Amino acid sequence: MSQMNLRRLAPGQTANIVKITARGELGRRIRDMGLVPGMSVQIIGRAPLRDPVALRIEGSTIALRNSEADYVDVEVK
Amino acid sequence: MSCPFCERRGEVGTPAFTEEEKKNGVRIALAGNPNCGKTTAFNKYTGAHQHVGNYPGVTVEKKEGWTSCGERKVLLVDLPGAYSLTPYSMEERVVRDVLAPERPEERPRAVIDVIDSATLERGLFLAVQIRELGQPVVLACNMMDEARKAGMRLDIEKLSARFGARAVPTIARSGEGLDEALRLALEEAQKPCSPLTISYGPDLDPALLRMTSIIEKKKILISRYPARWTALKILENDDVILAQTEAADREAALELLAIRDELTTHLASTLETTPDAVISDYRYGFIHSALKDGVIHKDNAKDRLALTDKLDKVLTNTIFGPVIMLAVVYFMFWTTFIVGAYPQGWVEDFFGWLGELMTSVLPEGLARSLVVDGVIGGVGGVLSFVPLILIMFLIVSFLEDSGYMARMAYMLDRVMRAFGLHGASVMPFIIAGGIAGGCAIPGVMATRTMRSEKERMATMMTLPLMTCGAKIPVFLMLTAAFFAENQAGIMFAITLCGWAVALLVSLFLRKTVFRGESTPFVMELPPYRLPTLRSILTHTWERGWMYIKKAGTVILAISVILWAALTFPALTAEQSAPFEDKIASIDARIAPLDQRIDALNAQIEGADDASKPAMRQILTETVEQKEALEAQKNDAENELASETVRNTWGGRIGQFVEPVFRPLGFDWRTDVALLSGVAAKEAILSTMGTAYSIGETDPDEPDSLSARLASDPGWSKTVALSLMLFVLIYSPCFVTLVVLKNEAGGWKWLFFSMAFNTAVAYVVAYAGTLVGRLLWG
Repeated sequence: MSQMNLRRLAPGQTANIVKITARGELGRRIRDMGLVPGMSVQIIGRAPLRDPVALRIEGSTIALRNSEADYVDVEVK
Repeated sequence: MSCPFCERRGEVGTPAFTEEEKKNGVRIALAGNPNCGKTTAFNKYTGAHQHVGNYPGVTVEKKEGWTSCGERKVLLVDLPGAYSLTPYSMEERVVRDVLAPERPEERPRAVIDVIDSATLERGLFLAVQIRELGQPVVLACNMMDEARKAGMRLDIEKLSARFGARAVPTIARSGEGLDEALRLALEEAQKPCSPLTISYGPDLDPALLRMTSIIEKKKILISRYPARWTALKILENDDVILAQTEAADREAALELLAIRDELTTHLASTLETTPDAVISDYRYGFIHSALKDGVIHKDNAKDRLALTDKLDKVLTNTIFGPVIMLAVVYFMFWTTFIVGAYPQGWVEDFFGWLGELMTSVLPEGLARSLVVDGVIGGVGGVLSFVPLILIMFLIVSFLEDSGYMARMAYMLDRVMRAFGLHGASVMPFIIAGGIAGGCAIPGVMATRTMRSEKERMATMMTLPLMTCGAKIPVFLMLTAAFFAENQAGIMFAITLCGWAVALLVSLFLRKTVFRGESTPFVMELPPYRLPTLRSILTHTWERGWMYIKKAGTVILAISVILWAALTFPALTAEQSAPFEDKIASIDARIAPLDQRIDALNAQIEGADDASKPAMRQILTETVEQKEALEAQKNDAENELASETVRNTWGGRIGQFVEPVFRPLGFDWRTDVALLSGVAAKEAILSTMGTAYSIGETDPDEPDSLSARLASDPGWSKTVALSLMLFVLIYSPCFVTLVVLKNEAGGWKWLFFSMAFNTAVAYVVAYAGTLVGRLLWG
């Protein structure tokens, strides 16, 4: 069990969201898409230029920029 | 707690529908996340009985349609896809305004919330908020076929009971469950509504109670929103609701804000969190508790997204991804411009035929000129783009509905972001001419799918800098005249130049006019799906029709104005007399030659073989003389045409602005041509042809004009370069401007685009002149 930033999660690795540290609009958008504490996420790929990153969360694929992923703290199972 | 909305509904079980609703249909709204199958459901419900418009002030499509449930007529409102009821995107704002409109009689009676069963939590997140807004909700758990295939089962009974809203399993594609959902919605519509109240925990609940009592006591917005909802929005820092509250009661607003600030400080110091985070956590908490123990059965062995993941491995692969994307874009252009050329030719032929018909029917004069050159020429020019626009949107709709478009944005976001844009800006740029030959009009319309406002505006304003199809003939003509040795290279360089200028200008705009943080990218990559033919066709037709309707009406007026500018004032008899006399005198010399040719021909018939060669010799000489005179006459006529243009208002403006454009190497003829190019870039060549007195120039065959310019001492490689850069960048054509005005929401953007682009064009063209002088002396 180690806590880290979503950006540092390796492809294929699964983790649980612990905290969303983004404020304002970004925080709201992240939560609206279902990225909330307790949910399980998995990195399923990165764009050809390594940014943005594609996540699997509860039956859907969400893309986030690396700079936005910095605001998501996860805990690796 | 009493509900102000129930007063209109009457008692439980009574037929609470008003006479008006019975006649015009009961208003039911269709809400849901993007890509949940909502539009498919809407099409299934309403068939052809739909009406598409725009919400006032925003470019979000307003779709309404009629359907019936038994005897009951229903007016169905298709809301734009939204994840939440925040005021951030235009779509979400529209959803909120439709569900809680300013005029209570426009409030929908109930909402059918379409939810993709595979992403139930996220769908319910929107449903919770609609319920909090006081709307009765029926959950249409859609895509049950896909969910079942993936081994997922839903306990609908349990879900309904726990969530407090009736649920129906549906399959929008086949229509399964849709009738039942509508029947339930009509039932719910007749019950007294009760806004959902959920607990937001020990910190927020007391604050909410205090705020609610203030709102109820002061009657702030209570006829529009439930009091608790308003309180929640204030805690969430929703600027729209804050402004409305302040407008309703300034004092109370301050009191409410004080409570919010107190809570915000408290949360920050104790839990390092914010009210909006707590609110969303509790909403998800409510959803999770509604879904726990056995509402969803998942067979984990099967993954619904397995196919999508496999496709993504290839389609967004580091190497294959970009290659495939290039191929897709190339195919799109090939189809649009190669295949589309046929129907485009038919439309052009039709207007050509119509023009000829009118020419033969109407007597010569102003009326004919107005109808043929002004109206038919102008409107025909616009309508000839319709086939291209329809084909392009057919492909764009397919890419959009299939899910590939989102991947393009995903792959290119990193590049576009460097220029203050968004991954989703790529497609509009490409359509507008990122590959030479596009068109800015469908490009501007394609920015609709962008959810980030600032990026969308920057994209829209810089799209017209691409090499659209109408600019190409100008480039071809100039390269043929001055850069014949390397035409292809120069054309390629111009296309790249379009990109470079567009990206740099958008970076500049994002640092000035549209300054601000980049909008969060966070977006869904929807599962790949084969789109239904119907949804693609509807999409395409809606956009095509919008183009015909809006551009068609305005372009008509503009064509007439431009025609007038290049027709009036006509030369006075005195002014044209020298030219007319010259033409008449040449005619007088041609006539006897004609007679002589006829006579010679007759003589040759009757002559003996011996004298024939000599007579043929004389005939040839005579014919040559006549041809020389005819060429002179042609020149004289062209001079007259040129003088006519010079004398018109357009010509005068050209001469008036000549000093301004002198540094770029343009004379008044080029200036007039550029002016007419604002109506349509195609007009640049034909106006130049007239002004340079070589007669009408066919844009497809500009050889005579390029020969004329190549031999003109006023022209050089440097001027050609400067003109090409200027044409590439300066004011968009009028149809684009009009579409821009509609999409950007205001006349000021029309004028901004005209003035700003022309200014940029001037600067870049001047820089080009300097470079040209360095290179070619």
